[in-house]
Amino acid sequence: MNQTPKKMVPKAPSKLKHYLTGIIVLALLAWSYWRSEASIVDLFTNRDQMATIIVEMFPPDWGYFLEIIDPMLETIRMAVIGTTFGAIIAVPIILLCANNVNRIPWISYPARFVLNLIRTVPELLLAAVFVAIFGLGMIPGIFALTIFSVGIIAKLTYESIEGIDKGPMEAMTAVGANKVQWITFSIIPQAAAYFVSYVLYTFEVNIRAAAILGLVGAGGIGLLFDSNLGFFNYPNVNTLVFATLIVVVIIDFISNKLREKLL
Amino acid sequence: MIEFRNVSKTYPNGVKGLKNINLTIEKGEFIVIVGLSGAGKSTLLRSINRLHEISEGEILIDNKSITAAKGKSLRMFRRDIGMIFQNFNLVKRSTVLRNVLSGRVAYHSTLRTVFGLFPKEDVNLALNALDRVNIVDKAYTRSDQLSGGQQQRVSIARALAQEAKIILADEPVASLDPLTTKQVMDDLKKINQELGITTVVNLHFIDIARQYATRIIGLNAGEVVFDGPVEEATDEKFQEIYGQQLEKEQQRGPVGAGAE
Repeated sequence: MNQTPKKMVPKAPSKLKHYLTGIIVLALLAWSYWRSEASIVDLFTNRDQMATIIVEMFPPDWGYFLEIIDPMLETIRMAVIGTTFGAIIAVPIILLCANNVNRIPWISYPARFVLNLIRTVPELLLAAVFVAIFGLGMIPGIFALTIFSVGIIAKLTYESIEGIDKGPMEAMTAVGANKVQWITFSIIPQAAAYFVSYVLYTFEVNIRAAAILGLVGAGGIGLLFDSNLGFFNYPNVNTLVFATLIVVVIIDFISNKLREKLL
Repeated sequence: MIEFRNVSKTYPNGVKGLKNINLTIEKGEFIVIVGLSGAGKSTLLRSINRLHEISEGEILIDNKSITAAKGKSLRMFRRDIGMIFQNFNLVKRSTVLRNVLSGRVAYHSTLRTVFGLFPKEDVNLALNALDRVNIVDKAYTRSDQLSGGQQQRVSIARALAQEAKIILADEPVASLDPLTTKQVMDDLKKINQELGITTVVNLHFIDIARQYATRIIGLNAGEVVFDGPVEEATDEKFQEIYGQQLEKEQQRGPVGAGAE
């Protein structure tokens, strides 16, 4: 029973590729560590400095809470409006990018290229550019978040749409639906839950992003972070960190609960 | 009436899906197409409403060429042809009623359907269609809560609501158990007899084909190898047609089998 089978057995595939991949990854890691002069030792030798700042941060200035309510609400409003605008603009882009909706490759590939281009620009850079164009305030922040949101929502949704059941699409073709009816009855009911879920997720990300946009002058709580850090007012910084933490945790919690219900 | 005139289909990789098919299907017939996997059953059926394109020849429906139709006129052809699929192809997240109403979209303007404003008559039509397949009590249930057999009956109701003159069913019972198979086939037969809707069904099993069909068409390697009433479709006849083919498949082993 234990002899080699008589019929031709294919040769086991070589493992060389896996080993090579491992070596390349390790080499990249070592090179990055060496060139960036990253040093875990530094983290420990500078611990005194860290301790000083942390000690200075306590106790937080609780009286400062009342003053930051307005900028905090401004941050939330920026995130709400930016996410909403982004979601609306994302819809046509999604339909152009998904290759099971738009079967014309010379439209879907350029659309994806533009989308990837949008996604390569960090939101802080976008905000800085819009501040230069529109001046200080919420408006550049909202525009930056809008474009940032389009990138996330469109990318995640079109990729989900490419994975949906194609049965209903075939059925809608067979009943003689035109393209708009076809999308309304086979794509939208299947994609809506994903879309809403990604919009909520983007809102979570935007709250965090909006909190730092003030660093470049684009409104919200970030302006206060910037000025307090500048004045070495660590108790106020601590209050800001706490307030931001609370808002982010609450919004993440609500958004997560809603998304669980959706999918 | 459906007419195939010298219809052939060649896939881009050179495989012949259909070879010079000539068929005439009369109004009100209940036709079952049988054949082994990869014989071209699905290609033949789907070429009727052009879910698959043919490479040569022409298909006429009531003496008008669907092969030449484009845009709106193709959609009007399709509106009159109901289709039932192996995997039901319902939107699982939508209600049963909405799935049935989706069969009506080609009758109305885009704007009206996009906002879901179907007229009262359409809703009644949909409910009646559901009643005909005994599932009207599930009208407001989400489709993913139904069993496979129930979902297939909903898809039959969709074809009925469409007021189709022809129903095409591509392996409608392949993913169902024997009992629900009987219910679904009974529904199709009833609709065929009561409403006179021409019905063309693809099936794997010759015994079910004999039970329901008025005429059986046998396909093998893209060619019509049998076409006649049920009485002529005897076991001996099919042994003769497919026996050799089956033996050949077995000799070749599983590697060459099941080429689509």
